[in-house]
Amino acid sequence: MCLAVPAQITRIDGLEAEVDFGGVRRSISLHLLPDAQIGDYVLVHTGFAIGIVDEEEALKTLDLLAQMERMGAQDDERD
Amino acid sequence: MRHDERVTLAHGSGGRTTRELIERVFAPYFKNPVLARMNDAAILAAETGGRLAFSIDGHVVSPLFFPGGTIGDVAVNGTVNDLAMMGARPLWLAASFILEEGLLLSDLERIVRSMANAARAAGVLLVAGDTKVVERGKGDGVYISVAGVGLIPPHLDIDAGNIRPGDVILINAPIAAHGMAIMVQREGLAFEGELESDTAPLHGIVQQLLEAAPRTRAMRDATRGGLATALNELALASHVGMVVEEEAVPVNDAARNACALLGLDPWHVANEGVFVAVVPPDEADTALKALRSHPLGRHAQRIGVATAAHPTHVVLRTTLGAERILTPLSGDLLPRIC
Amino acid sequence: MSVIERFRDPALARRILTEIRTLADRPMAFMEFCGGHTHAIMQFGIRQLMPTTVRLLSGPGCPVCVTSQAEIDQAIALSQLPGVILTTFGDMVRVPGTQFTLQEAAANGADVRIVYSPMDAMRLAQAHPDKEVVFLGVGFETTAPGVAASILQAQALGVNNYSIFSIHKLTPPAMRAILDMGEVRLHGVIGPGHVSTIIGSHAWRFLPQEYGIPVVISGFEPVDILVAIRELVAMVVHNEAAVINAYGRAVSPRGNERAQELMYRVFEVAEADWRGFGLLPGSGLAIRAAYGDFDAKRRFTLPAIPSREPPGCRCGEVLRGIIEPPQCPLFDRACTPANPRGPCMVSDEGACAAYFLYRSVEQTA
Repeated sequence: MCLAVPAQITRIDGLEAEVDFGGVRRSISLHLLPDAQIGDYVLVHTGFAIGIVDEEEALKTLDLLAQMERMGAQDDERD
Repeated sequence: MRHDERVTLAHGSGGRTTRELIERVFAPYFKNPVLARMNDAAILAAETGGRLAFSIDGHVVSPLFFPGGTIGDVAVNGTVNDLAMMGARPLWLAASFILEEGLLLSDLERIVRSMANAARAAGVLLVAGDTKVVERGKGDGVYISVAGVGLIPPHLDIDAGNIRPGDVILINAPIAAHGMAIMVQREGLAFEGELESDTAPLHGIVQQLLEAAPRTRAMRDATRGGLATALNELALASHVGMVVEEEAVPVNDAARNACALLGLDPWHVANEGVFVAVVPPDEADTALKALRSHPLGRHAQRIGVATAAHPTHVVLRTTLGAERILTPLSGDLLPRIC
Repeated sequence: MSVIERFRDPALARRILTEIRTLADRPMAFMEFCGGHTHAIMQFGIRQLMPTTVRLLSGPGCPVCVTSQAEIDQAIALSQLPGVILTTFGDMVRVPGTQFTLQEAAANGADVRIVYSPMDAMRLAQAHPDKEVVFLGVGFETTAPGVAASILQAQALGVNNYSIFSIHKLTPPAMRAILDMGEVRLHGVIGPGHVSTIIGSHAWRFLPQEYGIPVVISGFEPVDILVAIRELVAMVVHNEAAVINAYGRAVSPRGNERAQELMYRVFEVAEADWRGFGLLPGSGLAIRAAYGDFDAKRRFTLPAIPSREPPGCRCGEVLRGIIEPPQCPLFDRACTPANPRGPCMVSDEGACAAYFLYRSVEQTA
């Protein structure tokens, strides 16, 4: 639902782009994500970039997880 | 040879045209006293004592040329490795070529040259060969079958059925490189980084292993079906269970990423330079050290143990600490897309 | 460790697992809608790690699996028409039709080619103007926009031998159907990650608002899935129902609006035939009349095919979350990945294949 893999855009030519999946490169279409830029990380599904992978959001999520753990640890200490 | 010369049906007829093909393409690369006698069969001096290992492998890989090697390399190394997995010293190979009408002679020469180089690197002699030609459309360029004979030193007892609970499972190198190098090329993907076939002759590293760990129980190279299939075959043959640590199995980033991209499981991807060795627990440390001291074993790891529990089943302990079955490959390795 | 790798961090995963075990103080059942989630959950062994209070049910989110028998038979019939090249994603070729599979049809002379992208199929049509290239349009909202883009591109380039056999389906209607049928008691839903990249997390608001059921949109790494389960458990325990987007790095509230626009420019919502559910209104995508030239259903006349589901196959019940694959009498006996009876065993995202490939040790006895 389906297999979508993150990759970094290395080259753009109109609505076609070349992306790098950690060493393996492929050409894909930007028809669904025309505003993507070189250097962006995108999710690739069946040859299309379907969305940006937002590293800041990822870090926010991880920070939130870390905070929750710290709160949990404090709860433990209070017991 | 002209760059556009091709194999024709006449090359397979057995007459003068066949003779010419052999002299122009094969003979310059496969030269040794046995072949020079041009007999119908090779006459080989037999050493007495010890047992013979005898194996055959057919090679139909497509494409014929890929990063890291050719069908020729895989053909030679594949059979050498089957012999090495029994602890045998590979001695002689025989090769049968089924050529498709229309194959470029320059491609054939490239393949033959790579075979000769691989044989020389492995220290084996190609002592018998045959060539046939099939009509265009009835072959995939070339199919190569290679049979091999090796000699097993008398003191060794290596057999897939020898494994006992408690034995330690070692691997010599990262998995999935060969299969992914082929797949990536087949899918027309570009790549950079170390994504190339790991085809290599393993008898040298095996010899080093056996000197350090002479009571090695069994070995298997993880070719078609990948590491998961090799482990399952051993577990079945010895009627033992196995537990393998997911974290411990080495995979290069390039191969791992290629697998993720094509939706393939690295455990089921073919390798051509990877084998597992099962050793008694008291030989495990020296065995691992011996593997790591060889160029083909720099990334050797201890990956698991044999157990009396769940005999014939291989269990994977995932990075999360959960345990689940590791199945052998069943059916095709179809890239999972959607 | 790179950012993505931190979502695979085993230590973090284990800590979240501990929280789940502490929080889940009563029996609860969550459905992971998406086949990709079922696959990941089985592969990482997450089912085995759950406390006994938490039950995970797999849902109908496997586009290959919910393809009806009639649809498969029609696709096979299309491939057998003279002059047709049928292009398809890989998983579809091994799904058993009433008589045989696409792969077997190919072995018997049909021209069937596996492609990675509908754009590849469109380019094949450009390269073979003497042939009719038909693309088997399988997939949910993640896939349909790309197919729409390929039609628009074909139109722009004047390619007139390219058409789609659209059996695309929409996910929220299937989720509603499961709840409306009332066969399973769900306390929460693990929402599909990549479908939501396209349709947005707000598309799932109907679950808390109309059904009172919490939903957490989840990614596919171990930490993602465990966080989603943890958040669902917390909501259940606190009697809350909301949409939580736990896949913020890939999903926004409104999704990819450009992709949605392309999808609905080319497709319109229609009734669709789902394995396991039958006909569901407003649950599929049909090509609009304006793009009729690209609609294989209009271009070709297919004979009526008497379709019959494989006898004994209980894919439908697996897809509705009523049974788990090992409860199907064919599972691991007549039906295995090497010899699949139904699509749930063919596709890696099928629950049956995932259970078969990644089952726990106890289940092998």
